[in-house]
Amino acid sequence: MRPFVVLLQKEFIKLGRDSFLPKLIIILPILIMLFAPLLVTMDVRNVKVAVVDLDHSTTSHRIMSHISAAEDLILYRATAEFELAMRDLEDGNVDIIVQIPKRFERDMTLSTPQKISIMANAVNATKGSMGTQYIAQTIARALTEVSNEKSMERMPELITVQNRFNPTLNYSHFMIPALMIIIFILVCGFLPGLSIVEEKEMGTIEQINVSPVNRFHFTLSKLIPYWLIGIFALFISMLIVKFVYKLSPTGSVGTIYFGAFLFILTISGLSLTIANFSDTLQQLMFVLFFFIMIFIMMSGLLTPIDSMPKWAQIITYALPPRYFIDILRSVYLKGTTIAEQWENFVALGAFSVIFNILAAITYKKQA
Amino acid sequence: MSDIVISVRNLTKRFGNFTAVNDISFDVYRGEIFGFLGANGAGKTTAMRMLSGLSYPTSGSGTVAGFDIMREGEMIKRHIGYMSQRFSLYNNLTVAENITLFAGIYGLSKQTTEERRDQLLAQLKFSSERDTLVGALPLGWKQKLAFAIAGVHSPEVVFLDEPTGGVDPVTRRQFWEMIYEAAEGGTTIFVTTHYMDEAEYCSRVSIMVDGEVRALNTPTRLKQQFNAGSMDEVFRSLARDAIRGELLI
Repeated sequence: MRPFVVLLQKEFIKLGRDSFLPKLIIILPILIMLFAPLLVTMDVRNVKVAVVDLDHSTTSHRIMSHISAAEDLILYRATAEFELAMRDLEDGNVDIIVQIPKRFERDMTLSTPQKISIMANAVNATKGSMGTQYIAQTIARALTEVSNEKSMERMPELITVQNRFNPTLNYSHFMIPALMIIIFILVCGFLPGLSIVEEKEMGTIEQINVSPVNRFHFTLSKLIPYWLIGIFALFISMLIVKFVYKLSPTGSVGTIYFGAFLFILTISGLSLTIANFSDTLQQLMFVLFFFIMIFIMMSGLLTPIDSMPKWAQIITYALPPRYFIDILRSVYLKGTTIAEQWENFVALGAFSVIFNILAAITYKKQA
Repeated sequence: MSDIVISVRNLTKRFGNFTAVNDISFDVYRGEIFGFLGANGAGKTTAMRMLSGLSYPTSGSGTVAGFDIMREGEMIKRHIGYMSQRFSLYNNLTVAENITLFAGIYGLSKQTTEERRDQLLAQLKFSSERDTLVGALPLGWKQKLAFAIAGVHSPEVVFLDEPTGGVDPVTRRQFWEMIYEAAEGGTTIFVTTHYMDEAEYCSRVSIMVDGEVRALNTPTRLKQQFNAGSMDEVFRSLARDAIRGELLI
């Protein structure tokens, strides 16, 4: 045990002497959790609308007042000239044109009134489609109001929508748990590999290789400090999420820590494996970046896996972050227990075993 | 001088088409200071790496401290010390921490480590520098420390790969005094060097040219054999024929 104890001591002493790393370990989770949720929002805000009102009725005015009152819509122009609105759309002053046809109010009493048309600039597809939805809902609400006032019988509400698990449909609540993964990838994915390659570049690894050190001891001494740091970073992030975003896990905190531990094991094992094959910092960084790009794009962090093409969906099963992101989201938002999502834990557990064994056996003391 | 510590037969190492070490055979006896000379690129470091369990030979056989270099590399590592061409102690650990680390790696108990550490620090007259970061030491001091650490576990053989490169003459002299002291204690020293005055200090010297051992004897005999006044002339007359590596004038 003595060789392992001194190796581990060495890692901690080196970390403590580093002028930059200990600060980074504290600052990184804080920065990511404070700012990233604000940046990755998919909520569409400030949709600018031009209304071409050819009707000039109380109904059309009602529609316009609803639009200007809506939180995410801005009534940029109300005009009777379509050309003017179209020029605004072309110049990028507005995102959406709503055209209310002539005699709309009068025809409403008939069975088939002329249709209101909505035209959206869909260059930004998300803003286009979300904006159109907002407008359609807003207009529908205005029209229901108008017809309820006119007729004696109340129009029944045909559809009710209930958003389970994230009642306010807050996109950041969906993103925050998943964003924690970026911290683990940075801290536990990069640092162990860097520490190995640093020893290669400094030449110190040769002094280790020529000694009878057990390679499992050496590998473990490189991993343990970063496991602890990863858990510490999770602790900081969860505090920020709780106090800044008022979001606490619905499920058990223990489940999150357990999942995080498995993920940290996996990613640090992967990092060491890559480092064992890299002789220089450049090689290590290039290969790590390749994996991390794939992790971030394909594991459901930013876009749902279900909307990916079939072949891509199959690949995601080979990506450890996929399972951890699922765990984070379902525990935070739905309160899922380990038993209910045992597949995720088994998959992560398997990955952590594979990558750490790989890290130990690819570390060659002899060439 | 009959106790053989290193024994090598027909040792060869190829990297693709390039034969770095070509069919070398020799024996090294206990307590010897064995000088391993050769021009840059002659294959010294490659040979030394095979003897110290860092690299597998392509063919040939050998034993170091009684263990087979093909199959028992990890056992060899327990019984040897190694000082690399590149300084390879941890710069951001202190002198004492480096000693503790390597003593621990070789399995010395905590108590033995502490005794050994104080003994080494006293020997090196480093007691005042025990808490200095190794990175802040002058090169000559670093090399002396590296040598002391290579012998921290009292190995049978210590391999030194150009230990005095870039070291001033005074420190070089002190360094060789340390080597003599270790050899008198029964440790075998296997040393490569480019300084021919150092070659004169060795018990026996081998000279490698183009991956082969071209000469092996005591410095006195080598000088007789090549009818030379100094080891420097012996080396030049052999290295002149070198095909690869740097040309020597």
